Amino acid sequence: MDEYQVIESKSPVFYDKYERKAELQHQTHYCPGCGHGVVHKLIAEAIADMGVQDRTILVTPVGCSVFAYYYFDMGNVQAAHGRAPAVATAVKRSNPESIVIGYQGDGDLAAIGTAEIVHAANRGEKITIFFVNNAIYGMTGGQLAPTTLVGQFSTTSPWGRRPSNEGYPLRMAELLATLEAPVYIERVALCDNKNIMKARKAVRKALELQRDGAGFSFIEILSPCPTIWKMTPQEARKWIEEKMLAVFPLGVFRDRKLAPMADGVPQTTVTKLLGLDKPLEVVTRPMAVKDSQPDLTVKIAGFGGQGVLLLGQILAEMGMREGREVSWLPSYGPEMRSGSAHCHVCLSKERVGSPVIEHPDVLIAMNEPSLHKFSKMVEAHGTILYNNHKLPAGLPPCEAKIYCVPASEIADGLGTTKATNMVMLGALLELTHTLPRETALALLKAKVRNVKLLDVDCQAIDAGMACLRKQLGSSTDAHAHDGELAPCS
Amino acid sequence: MRQLCKGNVAIVKGALLAGCRSYYGYPITPASEIAEAAAEYMPQVGGTFLQAESEVAAINMVYGAASAGLRVMTASSGPGISLMQEGISYLAGSELPCVIVDVVRGGPGLGNIAPEQSDYFALVKGGGHGNYKNIVVAPASVQEMADLTRLAFELADRYRNPAVVLTDGFIGQMMEPLELQAVESVQPEKPWAVKGTRETRKNLIASIYLEPDELEAHVRKLEEKYKKAAEVESRHELYRAEDPEVLLVGYGITSRVLRSVVDMMRKEGVRAGLFRPITLWPFPAEALRHAARRAQMVLVVEMSTGQMVEDVRLTLDGRVDVEFYGRTGGNVPMADEVCKELTERMGMTAEWGV
Amino acid sequence: MAQARGKVTIDTEECKGCGVCVDACPPKCLELLPGLNPYGVHPARYTGMNCSGCGICFYVCPEPGAITVYRLIAPKVAQPPMEGSHAATL
Ligand SMILES: Cc1ncc(C[n+]2csc(CCOP(=O)(O)OP(=O)(O)O)c2C)c(N)n1
Ligand code: SF4
Ligand code: SF4
Ligand code: SF4
Repeated sequence: MDEYQVIESKSPVFYDKYERKAELQHQTHYCPGCGHGVVHKLIAEAIADMGVQDRTILVTPVGCSVFAYYYFDMGNVQAAHGRAPAVATAVKRSNPESIVIGYQGDGDLAAIGTAEIVHAANRGEKITIFFVNNAIYGMTGGQLAPTTLVGQFSTTSPWGRRPSNEGYPLRMAELLATLEAPVYIERVALCDNKNIMKARKAVRKALELQRDGAGFSFIEILSPCPTIWKMTPQEARKWIEEKMLAVFPLGVFRDRKLAPMADGVPQTTVTKLLGLDKPLEVVTRPMAVKDSQPDLTVKIAGFGGQGVLLLGQILAEMGMREGREVSWLPSYGPEMRSGSAHCHVCLSKERVGSPVIEHPDVLIAMNEPSLHKFSKMVEAHGTILYNNHKLPAGLPPCEAKIYCVPASEIADGLGTTKATNMVMLGALLELTHTLPRETALALLKAKVRNVKLLDVDCQAIDAGMACLRKQLGSSTDAHAHDGELAPCS
Repeated sequence: MRQLCKGNVAIVKGALLAGCRSYYGYPITPASEIAEAAAEYMPQVGGTFLQAESEVAAINMVYGAASAGLRVMTASSGPGISLMQEGISYLAGSELPCVIVDVVRGGPGLGNIAPEQSDYFALVKGGGHGNYKNIVVAPASVQEMADLTRLAFELADRYRNPAVVLTDGFIGQMMEPLELQAVESVQPEKPWAVKGTRETRKNLIASIYLEPDELEAHVRKLEEKYKKAAEVESRHELYRAEDPEVLLVGYGITSRVLRSVVDMMRKEGVRAGLFRPITLWPFPAEALRHAARRAQMVLVVEMSTGQMVEDVRLTLDGRVDVEFYGRTGGNVPMADEVCKELTERMGMTAEWGV
Repeated sequence: MAQARGKVTIDTEECKGCGVCVDACPPKCLELLPGLNPYGVHPARYTGMNCSGCGICFYVCPEPGAITVYRLIAPKVAQPPMEGSHAATL
C-alpha cells in the first residue's frame, strides 16, 4: 500500500482550540454554510504561506465576524462598528512593520463606516481590507444593507428593496476605484470552487502587496448568508451566481504600482523644537524697581488687520521679559475675520487672576467703533489712547483721560499703515513707563526678520512716544528717560 | 526657559514632553491650534499627525494607536466631543490609555465658539454608554495646560483609561508665560499592547464580553480601578481657605475670576476662600468637605447652568447651603458680578463695580 | 481495485453538516451521514472511494479544520513537484 500525505489541513494561523469562545471550542460560531469561514481560511492560508503570522494584526468589525479573534492566532484589535479602517490606519502607522488587515461586513463598511473606508483608501493607507458583502445585516438579524439587491426582502424592507425608498445597491469596489491612491481592488465571489480559487489568489495578492509596502488593497467578497437569506447553503451559492453577480460584477478594478513618495519633513529633537536648549534673555530688573511699578491692564481694540492682537502679544512678552506675570487674552473666532478684534493684557507683580479685564487702566482704541464701545469700561483714573487726531462727535462722557494719537497717519508717514500698532506701543510706553523702550526694541529685533520693517517699527515706536510726550507736556519730565534714546537698529 | 505661549499650543508641548508622538484629530474652533501645533511638531520628531475625516474617525485612530501601546492624543470641542463619545466608551471598555482634550465652547448644538464649561456632564460623568469613568483634569493657566496634559498621560497609563483635559476657549486661546523642563517622561512597559511581534501575538484589544457574568466581572474590575484612583488621584487647590465663612468653588478659568472675588470680599471684611478642583474626576470630595466644614455658605460658579454644582451638593450632602451662580453663551462671570451675587445671597448690601 | 489517489478525513465534531463539500466534490465521494452528531447535525463523511485528492472540499468548507485532504505520495516515477502544497487550482 502506498502512503498518503496531508495536502490540505487546518492552517497553523488558526488557534488549535478556540479558547476565547465560551463553548464548542472546536468549531466556529458561524452558521452552517456561512461564507465568513471560507474567507477566514483563505486569509489564514496566505498569512501562513507568507510566513508573517507574528507580524500580522487583525482589526475586526462589529457584525457576525466580530469574533474572528476567537480563531486567528495573531494580534487582534476589535474595532467599533464601521471604524475598522480608522483603527487599522493608526495600528499600521504605529506599527509600520506589521501587516494590518481590516475585516468588515457590508453594514460595517458600506453604511455606518462609509466615511472611514473612503478616506483610508484615499490616503493610501498601507493596509488590506477584506470586505465581506452578503447583501444583508447578519448579526442583527437580517435588516437591509446598503448592498441589498433591489427587490430583496429584509426585515426592514418587508416589501423588498424599493429604489424609491432606499436607493440602489452600493458598489464599493467601483466606488473606491475612482480614487487615486489604492493599488489593488478586486471583487470576487464564493459561489463555487472555481471562484473560491480566484478569491484565494486575490486575498494572497492583496496581502503580498502590503508586505511589499505597496499601498492600500481592497478585496470585496460576495459571500453567502444562508441563514438570513433563508436558503440552503447550496441555494445560497447559486443565488450569488444568479442574482448578485449581475449587480456586483467580478473583476479587478485597480492593479497598479505607485511611485515611491518622499516625506520631506526635516527632523529635530523635542528639546530643540521647543527651544529648551536656548535660555531666554530675560531683562531681570532689581526687585525694588519691579515692585515700584504698578500693575497694568490694557485693552486693545480695533479692526482685524490693525495689528491689535500682535500689539497685545508684544506687550505681554515685554512684560514677561521684565519678570512680570502676564496674560494675553484675545477675542477669537469668526469675528477676527470679518470685523472687530480685541485683546486684554495684564501685567502684574503677582499671579494674574482673571485674564478678562472688566475695567482696564488703559484702552487703546484703534478705531471709532472701539472707542464708542469700550470707553465707558475704562477705570476712572484710567487713560484712553485713540487712533485719530481728534475725538469723534457724540462720545458719551467718560471719566478716563483721552489722548488722541493719530497712529495710522503717523505710520502712513513712515511708509506703511502696518506700523500703526507700533506707534501706539510707543505712546503706551511713554504714557505708563512700566516697560522700557529697550525691551521693545530687543524683542522686535528677535522677532522681525526683515531689516527694513524692523527699522520702520522702531521709528514708529519713537514717533508714538514723541507724539504722546508732546501732549503730556512737562508733567512727563518726572519720569525722565535714562539719558538719550538709543538708536533704533 | 520661560516662553510666552498660547494655551492650546502649551498642550502639545506638554504632550511632547510626555513622550506623545501621535496625534489624530479634526479641526474645530476653539481647539484648532492644538491640531495645528501637532501638525507642525509631531512629524519633526518622528511622530505622526493625521487630520482625520471626522472626530469619529479621529477617536478610533486614537484607539488604534493606543492599542499599539503608544502615547496618543486628540483634541476637539463640544460638537466633536459628542461624536467621539462612542469611541471613548470603547477606549475605556478596552482599557486603553489616551488623552482627549476638550476646549469647551458654547452649546447646545452649534452654539457658539465662545468659552463655556458646559461639557462637564459629558466628560466627567462618562457621556458615552456603559459603566466607565474618564479621568478629568482642569487646567486654569497656560502653564497647567502643559503640566496637566503631561499628568493626564501619566494617569491614563497608570489606570489604563482615557484621561481628559477639560478646558475652555479662554484658557486655550490665551497666552501666558510657560516654563518647560527639558526632561521627557519615562513611559511604562505595556506588555498588553498589540505590536505585530511574536511577543504580542496573543494579545487582544476588545471590549466585548458576551456572557453576563464575564461582563459583570469586567465592569467590577473597572470599578475597582476607579475606586483606587478616587482614593489617591484627586487634586485641588485652595486660596485663602483656612477659615472661610463663604467658600467659593470653581474650576478652570472661573477659578481665576473667583480668586479676585476672594480678595475683593476679604477687603469688605467677608472671610471668603476659594476651592478649586484640579481633577474633576476623581472629584476632590474629601478635601472639599474639609474646606467647607466651617463655611456658612458655598457658592459654586460655573460657565454653565450648573453641572459641577451637583457634585458639590453630593459631596456636602446638605451640611451647608450650596448656592450656584452661572453664566452661559460665552459670558465669563466678572468679579464684580460675582461679588454682587454673593453679597445679595448673604443678605448684605455693598456697592460693586461701576 | 486501485488505490484512490486521494482521501479525506472529516472531523465530525467540527463539521456542521452544511453539505457544501458534498455538493462540490467532483467525483461525488462525500456524503452526509444519516446519523446525527452530538450537536444534532448530519456530519459529512468520505465514502471511501474515488477521492482524487483535489482539495476542493477543503476550500469550500467554511470550518477551518473540519476537512483534511491527503494524497498518495507519488511513486518512484519522477513527477514535477507541486507548486507549494496546493493542487486545488482549477
Ligand atoms: C453604533 C452601532 N450601531 C449599530 C450596531 C448594531 N449592529 C451590529 S452588527 C450590525 C450590522 C452588521 O452587518 P454587516 O456589517 O453586514 O455584517 P454581517 O453581520 O452581515 O457579517 C449592526 C447594525 C452597533 N453594534 N453599533
Ligand atoms: S447570519 Fe449569515 S453572515 Fe452571520 S454567521 Fe449566519 S450565515 Fe454567516
Ligand atoms: S479531495 Fe476532491 S475528490 Fe476528494 S473528497 Fe475532496 S473534493 Fe472530493
Ligand atoms: S463543508 Fe465542512 S462543515 Fe459543511 S458538511 Fe462539509 S465538512 Fe461539514
